[in-house]
Amino acid sequence: MPLELLESPDLNANQREGLWTLNFGPQHPATHTTLRLVLQLDGEMVIDAEPDIGFLHSGFEKLGEVLDFNQYVTIVDRMNYISPMANEIAWHHAVEKLLGIDLTPRCKYIRTIFAELMRIHDHLLCLGTCVLDLGGATAFMYAFNEREAIYEICERASGQRFHTSYTRVGGLLYDVTDDWVTMVRDFVRNFPKVYRDFSGLLMKNRIFVERTRDVGVLSREEAIAGGATGPVARASGVVRDLRRDEPYLAYEDFDFDVCASQGGDCYARFQVRMMEMLESIKIIEQAVENIPAGPIFAAGTGKESMPDKREVYRSIEGLIHHFESVMPNRQMQAPKESVYAATESPNGELGYYIVGDGSFRAYRARTRPPSLLHFSLFSRMMRGCMLSDVVAVLGSINIIAAELDR
Amino acid sequence: MTTETPKPSSVEIDAVKVTLADSLVGVALEWSEFRDQYRVVFPATELLKCLNAFKSAGFEQLSDLTAVDLLEYSNATDRFEIVYCLLNVDTGLRMIAKTYLNEPDLTIPSATSVWSGADWLEREVYDMYGILFSGHPNFKRLLLPQEFQSFPMRKDYPVKGRGERHNFPVITRAES
Repeated sequence: MPLELLESPDLNANQREGLWTLNFGPQHPATHTTLRLVLQLDGEMVIDAEPDIGFLHSGFEKLGEVLDFNQYVTIVDRMNYISPMANEIAWHHAVEKLLGIDLTPRCKYIRTIFAELMRIHDHLLCLGTCVLDLGGATAFMYAFNEREAIYEICERASGQRFHTSYTRVGGLLYDVTDDWVTMVRDFVRNFPKVYRDFSGLLMKNRIFVERTRDVGVLSREEAIAGGATGPVARASGVVRDLRRDEPYLAYEDFDFDVCASQGGDCYARFQVRMMEMLESIKIIEQAVENIPAGPIFAAGTGKESMPDKREVYRSIEGLIHHFESVMPNRQMQAPKESVYAATESPNGELGYYIVGDGSFRAYRARTRPPSLLHFSLFSRMMRGCMLSDVVAVLGSINIIAAELDR
Repeated sequence: MTTETPKPSSVEIDAVKVTLADSLVGVALEWSEFRDQYRVVFPATELLKCLNAFKSAGFEQLSDLTAVDLLEYSNATDRFEIVYCLLNVDTGLRMIAKTYLNEPDLTIPSATSVWSGADWLEREVYDMYGILFSGHPNFKRLLLPQEFQSFPMRKDYPVKGRGERHNFPVITRAES
């Protein structure tokens, strides 16, 4: 049925009688986590889709007011657990902006490599699981095989595969080693081949294309007014990427393109994500060959940041430094100011609004989750779609409920 | 001593200041800057007028809308701070607009008519802080259950305790 017919008031009034309500979730394989949609259906046509969220609300922002800047990193990487390190980088980016810390070049490069690995990590899951929901299991396996390689790179650097808690205020938990560099190089070398297979299975698959093209269309105006960012906005023609427009970390040093599309439909969103993975590989390749030598912690009075772990275990000064950095009366003091700082996370603009109150804790640590604003556009995207399109649209905006509900 | 060329963003914000001074005659705007971020405090009584003026000045996107409870903040004179993080999509200029609210009247007009993205963000602020937004199309709690009584992000809500489970009605299988 054409869209204008659906929106005509008298037809709707006549059809109201035959509508039925369907609960989609909170326990449904295609929601991936716990979120609920209340769908008003006319046959198989979705008349209205109302999201009901909050099943995973765990008070993260309240915890952010209790834990200090370094402790809270263990909580933020549980927000978007598909790309944990991207959250950590965004959180400490905001904290460092509040405290006025300038990172060392080496730290910037390592964080940039991880941020881009996380982008690939996230996009692979988004594409892989969505195609699984739409009925194609093969591409999903290819995607998860590559994600495994990224997990191993994370494990080598931080000791943790999943919740890495790798960044610290002004630096990183550990410096990276030469074999880590080799692992990243291997990944960069192998990825294009896998990408070709994956892309062939996905973007040239007729069933996939037909199920995603012209489905869940979001116009440029709606995307801007609704607060869409990242791949969702870029697929609707908003050419904006914080890596290029508000360069942070080491992005200024690298040559990469911003990927965008005009379509605004699910296919365009997947296309943007596919293209972004290649750009990420380009950035990683440039970064990993040029990692500067030097310390990973920002220089200063020595109070700002945690000492290097090896220093802590091997020298009395390092141990004292470590103790001081965890004692509330010896810690660095944040200015009594507030900042909003955002990074380009895989899903979009991940921002933190932090209010400092003169201690080493945030008085208010507000997360601006990209998923929340994207999901609020969901009912708009669903206009005129069929029931089977729900999973395609849901997959294309990559809703992560833990980030949504915090 | 060499004269520094002004940053592009400072030229842009000066243009915004001029535009806003024209469109908001008689409204007291208080500007400040911290770490290259521009902040403006505007009176809550003129909220919609100010927000519309901000949008006309080029801030087409509402990046974030949140609140801060200033109950335990030293030297704070007001109770709540409402923060609008605004973005000019074309130039990339950001501005943080703030206003202050005090009990007992915690009602402000909704920004949904200005930016449609304010919808869920306002519901979340109500959910966590109990600030009411008049004129919102679908005003109810976003994350917490509808029966929930308190506003947990307020500073007088404890971090430790028994939890809220005992406050919810128990529904037996026969009643469900």
